[in-house]
Amino acid sequence: MHSPGETVPFLDPYPGRSGILSWIFSTDHKRIGMLYLWSILSMFAVGVVLGVLMRLELIAPGRDIMDAQTYNAMFTLHGVVMIFLFVIPGIPAAFGNILLPLQIGAEDVSFPRLNIFSWWLYLTGAVLAVTSLFTGGGPPDTGWTFYVPFSERTTTNVSLAVVAVFILGLSSILTGLNFITTIHRLRAPQMSWGKLPLFTWSLYATAWIQLLATPVLGITVTLVFIERLLGIGLFDPSKGGDPLLYQHLFWIYSHPAVYIMIVPAMGVVSEIIPAFARKSIFGYKAIAISSLAIAFAGSLVWAHHMFTSGMSDTAVMVFSFLTFVVAIPSAVKVFNWVATLYKGSIYLEPPLMFALGFIFLFSAGGLTGLVLGSAGTDIHVHDTYFVVAHFHYVIFGGTGFGLFAAMHFWFPKIFGRMYDRRMANLSWYLLIGGFNMLYFPMFVIGLMGMPRRYYDYLPMYQTGQMVSTIGSWVLVAGLIVMFYGLSKCLHGPRTVGANPWGAATLEWTLPSPPPHLTFLDPPDVPRGPYSYEGVSRDE
Amino acid sequence: MSETHKDYAGDKFGMWLFLFTEILLFGGLFLLYSVYLHRYPAEFHAGGLQLSRVFGTLNTVVLITSSLTVALAISALQQGRKALCLWLLTATIALAGTFMVNKYIEWSAKIAHGIYPGSPEMAAGAGGTNIFFGLYYVMTGAHGLHVVIGAAILGYCMLRIWQGRVSAEDFGLLENGGLYWHLVDLIWIFLFPLFYLIS
Amino acid sequence: MPFALLTKIWLALLVLTGITVGVSSFDFGYLNVLVAMTVAGTKAFLVIFFFMHLKYENRTLGIFLLLVFVILAIFIGFTFFDVAMRSGASS
Repeated sequence: MHSPGETVPFLDPYPGRSGILSWIFSTDHKRIGMLYLWSILSMFAVGVVLGVLMRLELIAPGRDIMDAQTYNAMFTLHGVVMIFLFVIPGIPAAFGNILLPLQIGAEDVSFPRLNIFSWWLYLTGAVLAVTSLFTGGGPPDTGWTFYVPFSERTTTNVSLAVVAVFILGLSSILTGLNFITTIHRLRAPQMSWGKLPLFTWSLYATAWIQLLATPVLGITVTLVFIERLLGIGLFDPSKGGDPLLYQHLFWIYSHPAVYIMIVPAMGVVSEIIPAFARKSIFGYKAIAISSLAIAFAGSLVWAHHMFTSGMSDTAVMVFSFLTFVVAIPSAVKVFNWVATLYKGSIYLEPPLMFALGFIFLFSAGGLTGLVLGSAGTDIHVHDTYFVVAHFHYVIFGGTGFGLFAAMHFWFPKIFGRMYDRRMANLSWYLLIGGFNMLYFPMFVIGLMGMPRRYYDYLPMYQTGQMVSTIGSWVLVAGLIVMFYGLSKCLHGPRTVGANPWGAATLEWTLPSPPPHLTFLDPPDVPRGPYSYEGVSRDE
Repeated sequence: MSETHKDYAGDKFGMWLFLFTEILLFGGLFLLYSVYLHRYPAEFHAGGLQLSRVFGTLNTVVLITSSLTVALAISALQQGRKALCLWLLTATIALAGTFMVNKYIEWSAKIAHGIYPGSPEMAAGAGGTNIFFGLYYVMTGAHGLHVVIGAAILGYCMLRIWQGRVSAEDFGLLENGGLYWHLVDLIWIFLFPLFYLIS
Repeated sequence: MPFALLTKIWLALLVLTGITVGVSSFDFGYLNVLVAMTVAGTKAFLVIFFFMHLKYENRTLGIFLLLVFVILAIFIGFTFFDVAMRSGASS
């Protein structure tokens, strides 16, 4: 006899408990993942608005819609919101929470109450970060990197912003802790490490980075707060300090952070490619190990953000060399994905299209990372629009498209309904076109010398800036089409079965949407995650 | 909602993972210390001479003993000796209090001598000396905060033990609280020589 | 763990504390810090292995703990590629 919790879909009220409190104090990983999904997408919208406003200001030289101080605040908040409130929590907190226990055949994560607490920390950090826009001496204007000495001296609301960052960091740490423990302790007995889905492997590697790197961010922003409060001088040369030590501490976290951003998205791509090529992933072990290798190697390269800072030539050479090393495991993944597609039976569905978009945009961004990682060429492009283009290609083109791919891939599983294929395809074209129109010119003007974070610019950059701004409108149109297309499919009857894609990981054995209570008894794991014999798509 | 069953090993593993984060949190401060020691060896040595070895050694002995008492308390509870366990935990918290009192005495003495962050004396003196004492306050202050948190955690454990919720059959909470306390001791084991004995 | 063993470890820690203090009155030049850290490391090992029970936990945990210290050592060590090799005035 099944209890209601084992049949009622998790999105619907649990018998006897309903209303908002059953969501915001839920300890069900699926509901917590949904809370994160809505929060994160809301913060993405805020970040997009800030970005659009920045691009409007930059459409022509001189003042267009805001003054310079406001522009500084815009790019600071755009960075803080996008990085700490959207991309870093992004895929792990939303899709990781929903999918991880399902993929390993567990009832829930190891620490469900810690899990909802992590979401409350996220929410608190979000509220504080947005509040810093409106209180104190005005929104922070230091850039999301909070470099000293400016962050210590500016009268804007850096103190509140760094408190928000600390709290968000704690949320990230606790999620990582929860996921590591869950994967070690709660796998179904037949779910050996060698049968783990690659998305799970990516969450595992990411969780270790979250756990070990984020505390360094914690102490770093605490020191900024302390310096603002007490003026000790730990980073102040006139008091014996060294400002470069701030940069070291900051990037010791923030470089590994970009791997927190990208590795889960790579995990999503590793799920989608085999399912839509109907062929087992090429080089499962290599991809799993490459996630761990990226996590480790990515912790050795932070000072490639500091080539022009005045640090020693020795450090420049060492970090430049190591930066080339970390490109290798990423390349392994790209080769293996492409090899999986070769001679596969391709279903060109939107999840695959977004995954292919990821591969193209991330590879382009990654290759430009070599220009930046190579110290000699970096001297020319450091702090120019070349950098801005690079990281938007890898983070937005990478993680962003990975998130869109995840949204389409798991939409039917979560909501029990199918998305509108035509709108998804249309959005893809607008997004790819708009994205490249927005960011490709930045490589060009960056090479021509356009500095980043500049409110105004010389006439020689105007064409590129204008094309870029128009591209931002196309991109936003694509986002609107995509989200509208998805949201209008949230209503109506739930007609999707357990396995619309014919995929072979455990979440596809459950109803769509899954019920509140899943895997109360550990499931059997008869096949590997990418063995499709005997697995059929249901229609 | 789903009832998760107790996972003793998982709870302990999670606590160790949390301790890893604390190691790296303090690690950032140890990074600063290392660099500045390398840059200002003379000022660090001179600064160390101004700290009281007596208080430092005393506090080290206090914390090491508190680690003993909490470890004994866990053994006692596992043997079902609840009253002994509670006395040992009381002793642990008392030792924590002693540590904080000593810290207060040390800090007040320094502050009275004009040695504190942002003081005129620090501003007028050598940069290296300012950094030494700046790090001293930040690192021992952060550590002191963790002493207070640790004592509070052990106090909560005492409550649960007294209520019978934590016992010889189910002692994970106390073990994990003890782990946190040992970390507090470990950090001091490194802070003590780096600040008090660096001369 | 038996009370007797715990007490012996405590005594060892006190002795090592005494050694730390005693040894600090000798000057080994730049080895001073190394000596102090070696003694501190020994004390830490005793606390971790016995008081924190790592001796009786499974090996994976010990490997992870070692990994954490390796990572921290890399963070500090690689910073020294910069700090120790600057040319020109550094203070």
